[in-house]
Amino acid sequence: MSSGITKTASGGPASTARLRGVAWYQHPRWSRLTAMVAIAVVLTMVTGEQGTDRDIFFALREDFTGPLPWIWLGLCLLVWTVREFWSEPIRKVRRASVAKSDPPVAWVRGQWRGDRRIRQLVLAALVAVAAFAPMGLERYWHQVLVDQIAIYVLLAIGLNVVIGWAGMLDLGFVAFFAIGAYSAAFWTGALPVDPPFELNNFLVIPVAVLTCLIAGLILGAPTLRLRGDYLAIVTLGFHEIVYITAKNVEDFTGGARGVSGVEHFSIDMGFSYEWKLDPLPYYWLLLGFIVLLVFLFMRLEHSRVGRAWTAIREDQVAAAATGVNTVRFKLMAFAIGASTSGIAGVAYASKVGYFNPENFPLLASVLVLAYVIFGGMGSIPGVLFGAAFLVWLPEVLRDYVDPRDRYMYLGALLVIMMIYRPQGVWPSKRRQRELKMATEGTVDGDATAAPAGGKVS
Amino acid sequence: MTVKVTKDETPGGKPESVTGDLVLETKGVTLRFGGVTSLDSVELRMLRGEILAVIGPNGAGKTSLFNSLTGAYVPQEGKITFRSGKGGEHSLLGCKPHVVSLLGVARTFQNIRLFGALTALENVKIAAETRLKAGPVSIMLGLPRARKAERESDLKAHEMLSYVGLDSKMNELGGSLSYGDQRRLEIARALATDPEVLLLDEPAAGTNPTEKRELEELIRRINTERGVSVLLIEHDMRLVMSVADRVMVLNFGRKIAEGAPEQVQRDPAVVEAYLGVAPQEEPAAEGQE
Amino acid sequence: MSLSEFWDFLVLGVVLGSLYAVIAIGYTLVYGVLQLLNFAHSEVFMFGGYGGLIALTAWSPVTSPSGFQSVAYVAVGMCAGAALGGIAAYGLEKVAYRPLRRRHAPRLVFLITAIGASFFLYNLAGKLFGRNAAPMPTMYENKKLFSVFGADINITQLLILISAVVMMIGLDYVVNRTKLGSGIRAVAQDPEVASLMGVDIDKVVSRTFVIGGLLGGAAGFLFGTNQQVFYTMGFLPGITAFAAAVLGGIGNVRGAMVGGMLLGIVENLTVGFWGDGWRYVGAFAVLVLVLMFRPTGILGERVGRTA
Repeated sequence: MSSGITKTASGGPASTARLRGVAWYQHPRWSRLTAMVAIAVVLTMVTGEQGTDRDIFFALREDFTGPLPWIWLGLCLLVWTVREFWSEPIRKVRRASVAKSDPPVAWVRGQWRGDRRIRQLVLAALVAVAAFAPMGLERYWHQVLVDQIAIYVLLAIGLNVVIGWAGMLDLGFVAFFAIGAYSAAFWTGALPVDPPFELNNFLVIPVAVLTCLIAGLILGAPTLRLRGDYLAIVTLGFHEIVYITAKNVEDFTGGARGVSGVEHFSIDMGFSYEWKLDPLPYYWLLLGFIVLLVFLFMRLEHSRVGRAWTAIREDQVAAAATGVNTVRFKLMAFAIGASTSGIAGVAYASKVGYFNPENFPLLASVLVLAYVIFGGMGSIPGVLFGAAFLVWLPEVLRDYVDPRDRYMYLGALLVIMMIYRPQGVWPSKRRQRELKMATEGTVDGDATAAPAGGKVS
Repeated sequence: MTVKVTKDETPGGKPESVTGDLVLETKGVTLRFGGVTSLDSVELRMLRGEILAVIGPNGAGKTSLFNSLTGAYVPQEGKITFRSGKGGEHSLLGCKPHVVSLLGVARTFQNIRLFGALTALENVKIAAETRLKAGPVSIMLGLPRARKAERESDLKAHEMLSYVGLDSKMNELGGSLSYGDQRRLEIARALATDPEVLLLDEPAAGTNPTEKRELEELIRRINTERGVSVLLIEHDMRLVMSVADRVMVLNFGRKIAEGAPEQVQRDPAVVEAYLGVAPQEEPAAEGQE
Repeated sequence: MSLSEFWDFLVLGVVLGSLYAVIAIGYTLVYGVLQLLNFAHSEVFMFGGYGGLIALTAWSPVTSPSGFQSVAYVAVGMCAGAALGGIAAYGLEKVAYRPLRRRHAPRLVFLITAIGASFFLYNLAGKLFGRNAAPMPTMYENKKLFSVFGADINITQLLILISAVVMMIGLDYVVNRTKLGSGIRAVAQDPEVASLMGVDIDKVVSRTFVIGGLLGGAAGFLFGTNQQVFYTMGFLPGITAFAAAVLGGIGNVRGAMVGGMLLGIVENLTVGFWGDGWRYVGAFAVLVLVLMFRPTGILGERVGRTA
């Protein structure tokens, strides 16, 4: 996680140190060495044994008596040596390779931007691949595709609107997912209370969207006027309230036992079709939702709404002075995000049929956040990729890495991404520029007002 | 600096006696931050179609006045009235900034505040679009209304950019333009909201002499061709003297003088405010930054 | 809820509230100097609990300690907790926040980093020390001391109250009377001017984190003594304490104390009225309401710059 230290220790060649009359042991090189040793220690703990509560020292003892710390120490020292004494030649090689690899990328980019038909063709081909490729997979992967990847991709698309475009940190995102799921359960008659009339699952979607929209407005209207970082905590509180309510109001939500018997999606208009336990048809349904939403949101991004969001993110004061109703646009983003989450909730509830409040932990909000950030805030392809990849990765690694450690790696990934590549793997152009300008001190970079921290370092 | 704030009524001839059509009027506007009084019952009377300059030493409350007029600050006391040419009287006191902008009062900022990661064109489009109605649903569905709005804002933005002479740079990023161009882009953005009153906060700060001349001409054109009343904060006295119809002088949050430029320039209270002492002869108040 | 039960819950609330107050100070101090919500402070608190647990386990207390031994155990546990908390906070600042500060990263980036660091830290603790709750070794016989309005007060509760009060007084002294404190206040008001005046910002920020970490760690030890130590123990007290800091007026040290106390009482009265399931709802509802009607908190923001 922590090679950030190497960058933090104030750099500067040895000559300046000599000029300033600094003793040899005060050279930043040595503090970097200490940092590398610390990193080795942390890495040892990260990759070491699982501890047990019966003997609190078990893991530490096992980790530091075996060969593991020496391996990591060796590696870290190697990195340190290379960085301190070999950095110049390596940089030269890298510069050369970068120069060589650029033209093909530029060519592809040119083609992509130049011709609309190529763009459409490629996108259609991608959708086709996404639709038909899973047919060759095992059933286990179908399950993963639907229950995890597709649902999380939907959530990530929604959260991207809130955080990537409008620049608001919403940690209660999964609460809307829960509201969507419970709406589905309510309107299909699976809750202890009976609805006034039962609805088909497809008709539940607009109802759930509306419910989430209203919930989003109720939460957002008073809080969006607040400073950006307060929003994070208020949404987090909102999530806890929804979660605790779902758990405690047994007469309505079924409490901690959960809800069972949510009906599957079905069509009954002239012809009839029912989505059953087989995951593949569900996958196609969800893929349809995703393609539709992506299509709609793409239009938003490059419209007045997307521009207004960018303006708010960059400079709220200037945006308001220009006539942009900042609260309205923030609320809009919040509500759009919430409704997307609601759709995902309905789809999830209908697919699994059974769920309980534990399916909507705060953790899930943070997971979605991580996916959006990893892919690249504000970039739809980035977010699609980020969510799909990060949900898929632990499934592949489940035989090699203890699944309980998953969230530890995820946290480390978030930190490392923020330090080294805050724009994500597939960044949006606007976001990337903003981050660059924030670094240069030109703009604020997001709606949470002034950059944190002393400006003088 | 030992400046006694004494004079309250305007000295010399009174241009206020010219009872024209008032477009912007404040009465007894008082703004306090904790114990500091930033504006002390300021009376501002702005005639439709004039260029009114607000001058005064640093910390005199000029930008506070702008912020109060545009809703960024809410003064504790006083009245701010905007009389729209389309009819209707609006109190701007406590109005949200975007509402002020929608009513027809646009502004620029002393420290340029552009959307740096957006292109010049997009910067202006954001402003133009605040006048159009196209909701998120119609945009997502690609309804004709949304497409029409997009075309209109495009047209408007192009028009404004060429008006200020930035049409060749419309695809450059706001943050990468030169200082003078950024100032002009800010003016274009403000103009795109079709204002009746334009508040310019030190538009000439940091520009070179050529840019200053262009700016002077631009302000005049905005005033005469588009019929926009301009309220101008400026330290550059040459610019003020050449473009302003009337000048108002603030010091320590109070109005100490008001009148025609030459008149104000000779006013002893003004000179005292700038130089700290009553002058012997040379009444120029220039160059006090 | 009868009157005597009310007093019971009030006492519980005051005890818990004093812990929240101590944790909230950590949030508020860091917010003061960096304008940053250090979400990962809850993990500092958790490490404090483990620090005490590790030290006491290593020392393996005797089953029926004498008075002197008890005091020694508590002192060692608290110091170890504070130390591990301080180390965690120091490392956090150095690794996660300083690189971002150098780059003037937007605030969103800080918030996300904080969340990431929090995730990493508590899961690492879970991995190292097991994922089940462990009780603190017995340091003393936790008997009833006296009662107020029929509500019993035991040794642990008194210990928590006294330690919290001592820490708060000490902190108030540090912030208002020492050189470091004036550095902290200077950076909080205007980092640029402070650095021009010769304040080493990095040092002040780093020490602020450490102070917050020491307090949070000690609070973690006390919390672990009162309940148990587990790897997710930081989460809910952390959020509540954060809410307390906001409630009192973020950046305002005395506000954090008031807010913490208040939320502790609200939480326990909620439990008293509606049952344990609703424990955290009351605190969050209060937070949301306060933010709606008085966004600057009860005492207002003081140490920090106002936006």
